Amino acid sequence: MIDFALLFFLVVCAVAAIQMRDLLSSIMLLGIYSFIMAVVWTRLNAVDVAFTEASVGAGITTILLIAALSRTRRMETKQCVPPANLLIYGTVILLTSAVLLYGTLDMPTYGDPGAPAHSHVAPRYLEKSYEEVGVPNVVTAVLASYRGYDTLGETTVIFGAGICVILLLRRKI
Amino acid sequence: MSERSAYEHVIKRAMTKLLVPFIQLFAFYVIAHGDIGPGGGFQGGVILGAGFILYVITFGMNEGRKRISRITSDLLSAAGVLVYATVGFVCMAAGGHYLEYAALPFSSPQLAGHLAIFVIELGVGITVAGVMITLYFLIGRELK
Repeated sequence: MIDFALLFFLVVCAVAAIQMRDLLSSIMLLGIYSFIMAVVWTRLNAVDVAFTEASVGAGITTILLIAALSRTRRMETKQCVPPANLLIYGTVILLTSAVLLYGTLDMPTYGDPGAPAHSHVAPRYLEKSYEEVGVPNVVTAVLASYRGYDTLGETTVIFGAGICVILLLRRKI
Repeated sequence: MSERSAYEHVIKRAMTKLLVPFIQLFAFYVIAHGDIGPGGGFQGGVILGAGFILYVITFGMNEGRKRISRITSDLLSAAGVLVYATVGFVCMAAGGHYLEYAALPFSSPQLAGHLAIFVIELGVGITVAGVMITLYFLIGRELK
């Protein structure tokens, strides 16, 4: 029941964020969207992902978007879309959602113990990670040890993004 | 009505001074406890950066740059990746593969893994915090 309520609010926030002409309101709605998403992750027992969503999605993204907004105008300019284009957009959206829905048909049901995600390397992580890595949190053991190269790469990507922004925007400050 | 600078509101300044130390302490808690509970370098670094950005929003960019200068934030962004990569090379020097923590000379492979993961989480946190602070300084604009 609460899942349906959360998903309903997610959709409402997403649609409202698109429809708003006031961009500051849009950004705040996106922050609310991220917080609801964090609750959804918690409902799915993915607390690490929920934490990331709350701190990155709702926290720093909102701050940086508002900072970016301070360099432009707050109100979106009104633009008229010709009806013929609306028809094309509608068709593309319907086709894409049909393909995505078709793709979900093959997914295992939620909590299925025989799902590929639970039968490949997950048992090894759950049973052996404390002996092999020495860290109680399995998520951290996977991120920092089994997939240590990935995390090093991600950190380098963040560093690279920072360098790119410095190269593009560096002024006096 | 006299025009006042956006940086002169007493309530804003007092609340920021009160909150920022706790936000940053929480950030370090999140980084250090990533191996026990939810959290880790990425989330902790973001919170650390956000705490400093709150300070910059309240006191202005010039005041913020007095605390963390341009060179410091640039160095922080690079230092975290360096720390992470260095742990990998230390593992190689100790006779293992790159990032093979069990090769580190501690009493047990579990202890070695635990300590190494703490160090690399700290590295991730430093880089993320440095980049977030840099981004805010570059993207944001000074209030009137």
